[in-house]
Amino acid sequence: MKRPETNMDNRVENNPGIATKELTLSMGPQHPATHGVLKLVLDLDGETVVKCTPHVGYLHRGVEKLAEHRSYLQIIPLTDRLDYISSVANNIGYCVAVEKLFSLKVPERAEYIRAITGEMARILNHLLWLATHALDIGAMTVFLYCFREREKLLDLFERLCGARLTVSYPRIGGVKNDVDHKWLKDLYRFTEEFPMRIEQYETLIDQNRIWLRRTKGVGVISAEEAINWGLSGPTLRGSGVSYDVRKYMPYGIYDKVKWKVPTGKNGDVYDRYRVRMEEFRQSNSIIRQCIKKIPEGPIMADAPKFTLPPKDKVLTDIEHLIHQFVLITKGPQTAPKGEIYVSTEVPKGELGFYIVSDGTGRPYRMKIRTPSFVHISALPRLCEGNMVADVIANIGSIDIVLGECDR
Amino acid sequence: MKPLEIADKIKEKFPLEVLDVTSFRDQVSVTVKKDRIISICKYLYEDTDIRMDYLSDLCGVDYPERRFRFEAVYNLYSLKHKHGIRIKALIPGKDPSIDSVVQIWRGANWYEREASDMFGIIFNGHPDLRRILMPEDWEGYPLRKDYPLKGPENREYEGYEKIKELHTHDDEWGIK
Repeated sequence: MKRPETNMDNRVENNPGIATKELTLSMGPQHPATHGVLKLVLDLDGETVVKCTPHVGYLHRGVEKLAEHRSYLQIIPLTDRLDYISSVANNIGYCVAVEKLFSLKVPERAEYIRAITGEMARILNHLLWLATHALDIGAMTVFLYCFREREKLLDLFERLCGARLTVSYPRIGGVKNDVDHKWLKDLYRFTEEFPMRIEQYETLIDQNRIWLRRTKGVGVISAEEAINWGLSGPTLRGSGVSYDVRKYMPYGIYDKVKWKVPTGKNGDVYDRYRVRMEEFRQSNSIIRQCIKKIPEGPIMADAPKFTLPPKDKVLTDIEHLIHQFVLITKGPQTAPKGEIYVSTEVPKGELGFYIVSDGTGRPYRMKIRTPSFVHISALPRLCEGNMVADVIANIGSIDIVLGECDR
Repeated sequence: MKPLEIADKIKEKFPLEVLDVTSFRDQVSVTVKKDRIISICKYLYEDTDIRMDYLSDLCGVDYPERRFRFEAVYNLYSLKHKHGIRIKALIPGKDPSIDSVVQIWRGANWYEREASDMFGIIFNGHPDLRRILMPEDWEGYPLRKDYPLKGPENREYEGYEKIKELHTHDDEWGIK
């Protein structure tokens, strides 16, 4: 893209005495608009970005190496810390992968609860995304409005499992706690008022002239290019590709509820914003359908070789105690040998777990394919040739979390 | 197309390259030699019936006991036909290098950097093969099986000493 000519250019051209040179600007790692510890080294020509080099790894904790030394059950809390904004979605992604490896069938009630919490995580994530993205671009008010609804959902999570952020709620073969009638009723009440709240956010920014100027036609990426870069989630769908893992490779109960995959057309920051706003409505509708349809029944699979025994039995019965001890410390001793790659749709995109099992209670190798890692790798493609202020809009629109990128 | 059919097509096209085809939980892995990995990937990408346009994941795996110590694993998916396959290229431990596939999928750029950072696999033809998650002056390859979980014993990361040196004048300048 060619840079628009400015007054400065004329002054420089008409005045041979003024020397110009490229400026190298280090943005981050402690920059509020980088959503974590991301460092961008920008080569600037005036206000135009000539070259953008992302530096990541500040939050590298070696989750993949740690996982090789943990039993399958002990890895669940590690996955919380990948994308800490929508931790339950990561837990579900990991559990779905391990269940496929073990060939476990999860009871239907647990699947419904997973879908409900997974979509709650999507709303939570998009609320935080909207709040911070709008704040970056200059719309301050949206931030507080979003956090009002976020608080309500976090309270519901607290009532469900005791934790608000890093929940570690799903288990291999099911979920930890059952939901009660009151909880479902309160969540349903939330979904009744939430569509009205979405409209509120939209009235704040959707017709806002500053918002439109900052987002329309910025950071454009074509569908073909987005696929080639490996983008996923709303970032890919903004370019008009309807790739959603929940539709393409359905897991859980996503093929039993009615919902649409919203897509954009132009592949710019504005379309990615529109896709996420529509996803609010779709997630809200999925939660409502799930609450209506949720069946009674068990919440853990009946597979004693892989799932923990009930807690009351563990406290009173020696066999169950031994069983629990072995599963926790050594992991399932009858894990099959093989390797699988299973992906799920987390709020930010496609989260994939590639697990190599050698038959011991621990994974031989676990690679986590995180959407943020791929999205940051495409950031130079979005930023180069554009203005430096658009870098902030681009970072916001690809929705990244560095805990997930660096693992 | 069923994954096994794709595997058969690869076998037909590259009979000398394919070493093994395994199937586990409806997922098919094709083990190949590393030398013609670009031709194989290009074929999978360009063939209209297969058209693997989406590189889901690329990673390394370390098997210290095997003759070919490393594996580069390509998880491919086709958004057009909704099918996927896994390609595994064997890499010897003595000369851990393989051709880069960045020219086919640009998303492979950072995956390959990560595999090189974590396993020491060199991707020939990669545009920018610096370390990515570890510091640039880090020694060793953390995800290799012979690398201890807590890092090398009795040795602190040298970069930390440099940071401490940077702060030696803090008192003079009144920085707290």
